[in-house]
Amino acid sequence: MTLQAPQLPTREIELVTDRRRLILGGGLVLGLAVASVKARAQTADPSRVNPAGPQPLSTDDVSAAAGEGFRGFAPDAFIRITRDNQVILIIPNVEMGQGIYMGESSLIAEELEVGLDQVLIAPAPPNEALYKQPLLQFQGTGGSTSIRGAWEPLRKAGAAARTLLITAAANRWGVPVAECVAERAMVRHTPSGRQTTYGEVVDDASRLPKPEQVALKDPSQFKIIGKMIRRVDTPAKVNGTAVYGIDVIRPGMKFATVQSCPWRGGTLRAVDDRAALAVPGVLQVIRLPDAVAVVGEHFWAAKQGLDLLKVQWNAGPNANMSTEGLWASMEQASNAARGAVAHQSGDFDRAFQGAEKRVEAVYRQPFLCHAPMEPQAAVVHVTGGGAEIWCGTQVPTSAQGAAAKILGVPPERVTIHNYLIGGAFGRKLETDYVEQAVQIARFCPYPVKMVWTREQDTQHDNYRPLYLDKISAGLGADGLPVAWRHRVTAASVTIRFVGPAGMRPNGVDPDAVEEAEDPVYGKFQNMLLDYVQWQPPEGLRVSWWRGVGPTHAIYVVESFVDELAHAAGQDPVEYRRKLLRNQPRGLAVLNRAAQAAGWGTPLPAGAGRGVIVQKSFGSFLAAVVEVQVADEGDVRLRRITVAVDSGITVNPSVLKQQVEGGILFGLTAALFNEITFERGRVQQSNFHDYRMLRINETPPVEVIHIQTNNPPGGIGEAGTTAAAPALCNAIFAATGVRLRELPVRRELLRKNARKRTLAPPIAAALGARLLTPAEEVRDERADANAANDRGELPLDGIGEP
Amino acid sequence: MRKNLNVNGEVRVVDVPPDMPLLWVLRDVLGLTGTKYGCGIAQCGACTIHIDGRPVRSCVLPASAAGGAIVTIEAVGNTPTGAAAQKAWLDLDVVQCGYCQSGQVMSAAALLARNPAPTDEDIDLAMSGNICRCATYPRIRDAIKRAARS
Amino acid sequence: MKRALAILAGLAVLGLAVFLAIFFWPAPAARAVAATAPSPQLIARGAYLATAADCVACHTTENGAPYAGGRPFVLPFGTIYAPNITPDRATGIGAWSDGEFIRAMRHGVGRNGEQLYPAFPYTAYSKMPDADMLAVKAYLFRLQPVRNEVRENGLSFPFNQRPLMKFWNILFHRSSEPLRPDPQQTAEWNRGRYLVTSLGHCGECHTPRNLLYGYSGKALSGETMQGWTAWNITSDRAHGVGAWSEADLVSYFRYGYAPGRGVASGPMKEAVDYSLSKLTDADLRAMAVYLKTTDPAAKGPRPVAPATLTRASVAAPAPGEADSLGRQIFEGACASCHAWNGQGQQSPLAALRGRRSVADPKGLNVVQTILRGGNLSTPQGHAFMPAFAQAYSDREIAAVANYVVAHFGGDEGQVSAKDVATARRQ
Repeated sequence: MTLQAPQLPTREIELVTDRRRLILGGGLVLGLAVASVKARAQTADPSRVNPAGPQPLSTDDVSAAAGEGFRGFAPDAFIRITRDNQVILIIPNVEMGQGIYMGESSLIAEELEVGLDQVLIAPAPPNEALYKQPLLQFQGTGGSTSIRGAWEPLRKAGAAARTLLITAAANRWGVPVAECVAERAMVRHTPSGRQTTYGEVVDDASRLPKPEQVALKDPSQFKIIGKMIRRVDTPAKVNGTAVYGIDVIRPGMKFATVQSCPWRGGTLRAVDDRAALAVPGVLQVIRLPDAVAVVGEHFWAAKQGLDLLKVQWNAGPNANMSTEGLWASMEQASNAARGAVAHQSGDFDRAFQGAEKRVEAVYRQPFLCHAPMEPQAAVVHVTGGGAEIWCGTQVPTSAQGAAAKILGVPPERVTIHNYLIGGAFGRKLETDYVEQAVQIARFCPYPVKMVWTREQDTQHDNYRPLYLDKISAGLGADGLPVAWRHRVTAASVTIRFVGPAGMRPNGVDPDAVEEAEDPVYGKFQNMLLDYVQWQPPEGLRVSWWRGVGPTHAIYVVESFVDELAHAAGQDPVEYRRKLLRNQPRGLAVLNRAAQAAGWGTPLPAGAGRGVIVQKSFGSFLAAVVEVQVADEGDVRLRRITVAVDSGITVNPSVLKQQVEGGILFGLTAALFNEITFERGRVQQSNFHDYRMLRINETPPVEVIHIQTNNPPGGIGEAGTTAAAPALCNAIFAATGVRLRELPVRRELLRKNARKRTLAPPIAAALGARLLTPAEEVRDERADANAANDRGELPLDGIGEP
Repeated sequence: MRKNLNVNGEVRVVDVPPDMPLLWVLRDVLGLTGTKYGCGIAQCGACTIHIDGRPVRSCVLPASAAGGAIVTIEAVGNTPTGAAAQKAWLDLDVVQCGYCQSGQVMSAAALLARNPAPTDEDIDLAMSGNICRCATYPRIRDAIKRAARS
Repeated sequence: MKRALAILAGLAVLGLAVFLAIFFWPAPAARAVAATAPSPQLIARGAYLATAADCVACHTTENGAPYAGGRPFVLPFGTIYAPNITPDRATGIGAWSDGEFIRAMRHGVGRNGEQLYPAFPYTAYSKMPDADMLAVKAYLFRLQPVRNEVRENGLSFPFNQRPLMKFWNILFHRSSEPLRPDPQQTAEWNRGRYLVTSLGHCGECHTPRNLLYGYSGKALSGETMQGWTAWNITSDRAHGVGAWSEADLVSYFRYGYAPGRGVASGPMKEAVDYSLSKLTDADLRAMAVYLKTTDPAAKGPRPVAPATLTRASVAAPAPGEADSLGRQIFEGACASCHAWNGQGQQSPLAALRGRRSVADPKGLNVVQTILRGGNLSTPQGHAFMPAFAQAYSDREIAAVANYVVAHFGGDEGQVSAKDVATARRQ
């Protein structure tokens, strides 16, 4: 066996920006990391060492910078400058593809007056006191909150540090501060031309009192923010040197893979492991209360062993759980006389009764798996009184706490080394995989890397919850809504993650009603929105998924607004324009998207366009999706046009990336994805039955970026929230079939099925069943519920009773 | 099974089970973790490597069947088309989470090596086996065309 | 005229009388057979014979106890459930005498004299000598008795009238005698014939049938059963297995795969898993020897790779090939393993070139394999194909099946979305 790993060349890649050439390469950006990895490599088993070069961007490599032993300028939680002028930025949020290393380093560097080519980037270690996310109120990354939360604090941090450095230099020279300027990590005294590096004044600056107030730049002065600067993390991601949690290699490390009980809430009864232990390379079979793991010399040995285990399970309380049964239970819950009221204004009942037209609909959304490309993995080494953990996580402090709890040690005995994340979409807000790896590692005298198979990852994810939305509106003479009633029934993700403190006092889950409560159009007249918290069966845990609450609500609201437009006999874009009279930002994106998409121009037979406009995560976005529906019901995407106003944009390239990817991510789910249970078991397992959009199914995507000086909005999820309603509105335009259930049911779109789904005469034109005046609504929900019980409400796009 | 593998221009001797997929030999025995595990059933392409220049899904290639010159993402930059693809990926900011991109770059480099001017249809043929969950597809398409022009 | 009528009436009465006589004629009595205590050797021989006869495949449900019955067979005229043949006295065959067992195997008559349906291949088993039948019984009686009341058959009238099977037997079960060795042939050939025609009951799937479910046409020349096509396995070199070497056939029986010949799927894979893979090399060779001497039939698809395939490379189809929905599905979900030139990308097990399934314009087995996937372990490696039924539509699967037939078989596929919908239910 050749033990010497090959030394691969480190390539430096030149990137051109608007102002200057930045040299961003492994060697430069990750210089600090290189040094520490080289030191580690000498002690490691050479056959196990990652020979790929620098291990970038892990706390491991920058703990010296973030820790107390740092010598140099450390004015706050985010900035470190050494005496030799090395600038290290500690990034509070985790990088999972959304470009936050780029975004947050830009915020600091802009005000600190350093070039992005002059900084090293380090992810923040777990520390609630220092790195709590201002909007989430815990140290975590999610909900498209990072830039919104960091916008002020990180720029202020940069400005304060710059002020101290300039002051220190001015004091040393005995000149007024006002005569000095900072640029590219140097301070210059303009009249004399004297200059000094930041590094030379760090000791002086450290002794100065922090400025009470700092002035932030006017946007017109920005050198980095808003400029097309390439992402700093790309080079390592295209040459194999980027290290994700699943890639970590520790000296003496072994490999584990796991099968969890196929039934949620079930337990392990018995394991016959004789055949597994006979596999060469298998070291251990580990029995956990609800899972069994095999440890081997490599993943393959562990996997072979796992496949040979004869396992018996106690199926537990969910042995017969089925998707059908869960929907029935949700339906029953949604018929509750009262929900927790999220918003009430005016008198819905009276306005609805007096309306010219009444429209009702029920929408259903399925369980969704996160399915990031990187299956769940973590390396854990349990030692005497604690553990070291190497993994990617969106919630480092939670992971640390959960691990400590299992081990019965205080959190500070658990070290978390956070790594790049190979896609999360909410998955790595969960700590289950870290906990399971810790449970396994407790039995191991060596560091162990637990890697889930794709099948385990698909079947043991915590899914985006089912949503059941019942919604009604009354239209006035002008066709616009005069009464709006919406009931959301769903399991609460907030209560799982945050606990009762995250809920409103009356029991509303703010996540479940987000954007249903305050849609882009503003509140509707005579509006009543309430929430029924459905209790999922024990062991069935629901999770945040890209777009969180708004993904759910915008599908419902924007589908329904489309139904209303058709009920009013009005063009969907025109109708929305009227609703946006007081919302110029919404109107602007709508107009741009409609114009760019050629709204109103003819399309071939079987094709249709769907439009949506939304406000989510503080960003305004309108999308037009164009589809072609085959006679057999298959849907093909033809074209996507998006206009977005996200306020001040830190990096326009990353913004476009996120919108392109985000809407395609949402379309993938709307077209293909649902997790279903039968007899308690998940029926999907891998990409052949949990299908992903491929490049040959991807249409051209045009993203129009409208720059405004509003505060920055979140952008990682705004594309995703737009996808499903735009798609279903386009399908309606193409076929006349209103899909009120996701994912797209192709059987409803077959040419010979389409007629059945349209109840003549009205619904054929309108796509929704209208109540006749005789069907007066007495109790706010009683009639709708009774109608629903009789199967009269359109449920699956089948509009007739 | 003892076997000589020609990986990135060096002969590596490994002692592994014959049915062990090359992916795990690369990752867990040789420490070349740039090649990624995504699905294990050749549906996602994250594990794509080159054998004698052709793209192969290493997650379903038994080590016993892995002959020829193996090139992984760690060394594809030494080939003209690999380097061109990497540069185009940077120029167009293709990457988001990046986990699938090793496989994407490998598939693209192989395509460019056999077809210096691929059409959209050629790109579909060569790249549709590579899934990107961040859906960077529009930029991948553009980057391949850009690399072809360079 | 009257005379003619009278003759007609007389014939009708006579016909009715014959019909009634046959309909109500009692079944042959079960013979008394001297009871002997089964020796371990006898039981072992019975176990082997039961394996060669593949009893377990039909008499076991998915995840059910072996031999405990209950597996449904969906036929055009209703559903038949395989009975419990464990020695449970109440619900199995524990109360059966040796004579009753032989009568069932030889004549298709149940314990109470009722006619059995020929889904039970007594037409093939009747070629067994009594001694072999009793060896099988001795083995079955050593199984753990399983109490499992199997559902009543769900057959429509008139198929639920068991005595009608007597007419079927008159037409299609003319001989119930054990095979007599052909002295002109070698012992190996005779053994092969016994395994193929009797124990293995290969003809049950591979021999064409008429509307009455009776054999018609050349034995083993191919038929469609349970949604799969059982190929022509006569000695014809182009359409059958005449060009296969004995080693090819033995490998196929043993592993469900022969290099360059394709893989077993569906019911054939079951036959390999439960039965063929467990037989001795000598027996598999004997079957191969026999099959290569059968009467050749020039019927069914000819696996000839089209010229365009030779211009394809591993990584791309022949230049100029038209794009289509089928090709788009293939390039995304299939090409990574199967390769554009049909050689298989990472494993020869994924090779499509030269397979009969892709040369069949009806594409039945292609569709079934796409829907259900496959799993195979051979000396050439392990192969797994996922089942694509859940995530792909009927139209998409039809399109990709037609593409596969055109691209690898050179024929125009005729698979419709409706065919795929039908195949899903089978």
